[in-house]
Amino acid sequence: MLGLVSPALAASLRSAPAAVFAFSAPSLAHLTALDISVIAIYFVMVIWIGFYLKSKANTSEEFFMAGREMTAWIAGLSFVSANLGSLELMGWAGSAYQYGILAAHWYWIGAIPAMLFLGMVMMPFYYVCRTHSVPGYLKLRFGQGSSTVAAVSFAFMTVLMSGVNMFSMAKVMQIVLGWDLTFSIVVSSLAVAAYVALGGLRSAIFNEVLQFVLIWGGALLVPILGLIEAGGWNGLKARIAHNIATQLIPAGDYTHMWRSMGHFSDNPMGIHWTGIVFGLGFAISFGYWTTDFLVVQRVLAANSLRSARMAPVIGSFFKMAVPFIVILPGLLGLVVLQNADGSHMLLHGENFVAAHAGEGLHSYNDVLPLMMVRYLTPGLLGLGITALIAGFMSGMAGNVSAFSAVWTYDIYKPHMVKNASDQHYVAVGRWATILGVVVSIAAAYSVRRAPGIMDYVQALFSFFISPLLGAVLMGMFWKRATKAGGFWGLLIGTVTSISLFAWVKIDPSALHYVAFSPDAKDMAENMYRALWSVSVCVIVIFVVSMFGKARPIAELNGLVYGATKLPAEEPVPYYKNEYFWLVIALVCFLALNIYFW
Amino acid sequence: MHNSGISIWFFIGVLLTIYGAMILGYGVFELAVGRTANVILANLHAPVWWGALLLALGLFYGVRFRPGRDS
Repeated sequence: MLGLVSPALAASLRSAPAAVFAFSAPSLAHLTALDISVIAIYFVMVIWIGFYLKSKANTSEEFFMAGREMTAWIAGLSFVSANLGSLELMGWAGSAYQYGILAAHWYWIGAIPAMLFLGMVMMPFYYVCRTHSVPGYLKLRFGQGSSTVAAVSFAFMTVLMSGVNMFSMAKVMQIVLGWDLTFSIVVSSLAVAAYVALGGLRSAIFNEVLQFVLIWGGALLVPILGLIEAGGWNGLKARIAHNIATQLIPAGDYTHMWRSMGHFSDNPMGIHWTGIVFGLGFAISFGYWTTDFLVVQRVLAANSLRSARMAPVIGSFFKMAVPFIVILPGLLGLVVLQNADGSHMLLHGENFVAAHAGEGLHSYNDVLPLMMVRYLTPGLLGLGITALIAGFMSGMAGNVSAFSAVWTYDIYKPHMVKNASDQHYVAVGRWATILGVVVSIAAAYSVRRAPGIMDYVQALFSFFISPLLGAVLMGMFWKRATKAGGFWGLLIGTVTSISLFAWVKIDPSALHYVAFSPDAKDMAENMYRALWSVSVCVIVIFVVSMFGKARPIAELNGLVYGATKLPAEEPVPYYKNEYFWLVIALVCFLALNIYFW
Repeated sequence: MHNSGISIWFFIGVLLTIYGAMILGYGVFELAVGRTANVILANLHAPVWWGALLLALGLFYGVRFRPGRDS
């Protein structure tokens, strides 16, 4: 969810003012007492969990790292859940409606290779050096300078994303349920602040696993009933073809993932397969999944190295399955949604809907709530709405727990109060959680006032993630990388990304150079810019390091491949072996891409 | 959680049991009064089988991971 916001939802947040003041717009869903009970019981449960876990969050290891006791399943599910927010559920369903199954690239090639790489290749270094965070690893490897740059940028962005999350949820609740924006923001932030400040990371993880189960329980029925109505996958494809032929929906290849990737102008996203494979599949997805502390923190909390390696592998199976509840409803919306008079309902972009306010039009992002309202009875609808709320709250909780850890360990402790007691840092962590929520609320209201901020938030995120990937990869796999190399690589990689972004913003035709084609569209800019900044970072680290003196090998134990003695793993039956499941995951990933070619 | 204390799976079991019972109850109510909600495919009675599924999963996890039981 962080950083990989769907284009449809980004557009919706930009056009926020129109929807914010649409008091007269009827809500999409009408909740019965049964639905409201379902929602209320969920809030009671998450607060109960927070209070229960307070007694288990008294040391900094417990508060920030969940005692490093999480099993592979819990670490793996929270790893995926921390990423699966409701921006995903709604926004990507909307993007699937708009662009077809191409949107699934963000779940398959845009996630699976990176997740598997994190688990099998990088986790030994993150885990063995006992770091508490990604900036913590950078400090051990490249020194305080690099760590502080990464920590400050991460802390700032994660709280900003939490605010964006909060605002998105409030807006969704307003459109779908007619709830007042402030009410949604206050209720959700109080709940999140309570259970994370009380129970720390363990509470955030517990609630993420709970929310993951609820998301499946609440949203899975929609594609099941939708496929029954549409006549299966083949029936769906036939009806899409029919709707295109009768001009009910725009023409396009909605059901193939790679066929139209041969040229920028062959597909509605305006991208090319090299951008998908190297930009999305490598630079962006590796940058996010292997260095974003929000997700890495969950794997660091695992109870052993084997669990830490298995967790992302387990997560990868669930990530591969998510398009079933996100992409498929978007595709089904193309054929099943109807207006009150039985005619086909066509969804539009946010700007079009805002320009035709009062005509009863719906935007792409409404596809998932519309599908829920179409099929779900009282009780089930409440569960579906709870799934959306749960998704948003797990996103916010993830952000504030990660912010709290990075603030306390990587900013407060090294720069402000250096040698206080463990209890002191736990208290700081609790207050940092509250601070994180307060700043998120401020960010949420800023996004409301200036929705164009959304574009910049996305870009901000991308400025730091790709160079960070370059720094972490060089740090982990090249013994010769020096402190100066790491620092300058991070800095210059970031400056490259900012400059390319500014260049394309000022002169849109510059995209032709950044993405090597005049037919590239916005989506391509992100991918190629990420590739550029990773490459620049790596080259700078290489050049600067060659002029410096490498650290002695003894200092690099636990940090670098080739200088680290990995703990021996006991032999286990094949079904508990992470390499076995790695192969199964890769086979499933390839099979999905081939089937939906 | 491998040591003493309530497992997350128990909390999940409790919640799914409650939700399953509520939704199944509504589904049975629909069958009893012979009237379904105004949704597409209401004739499939999804609240009955989906509610039953959630209830079954909830009971399984709630019992399997109940506090005090060695997992």
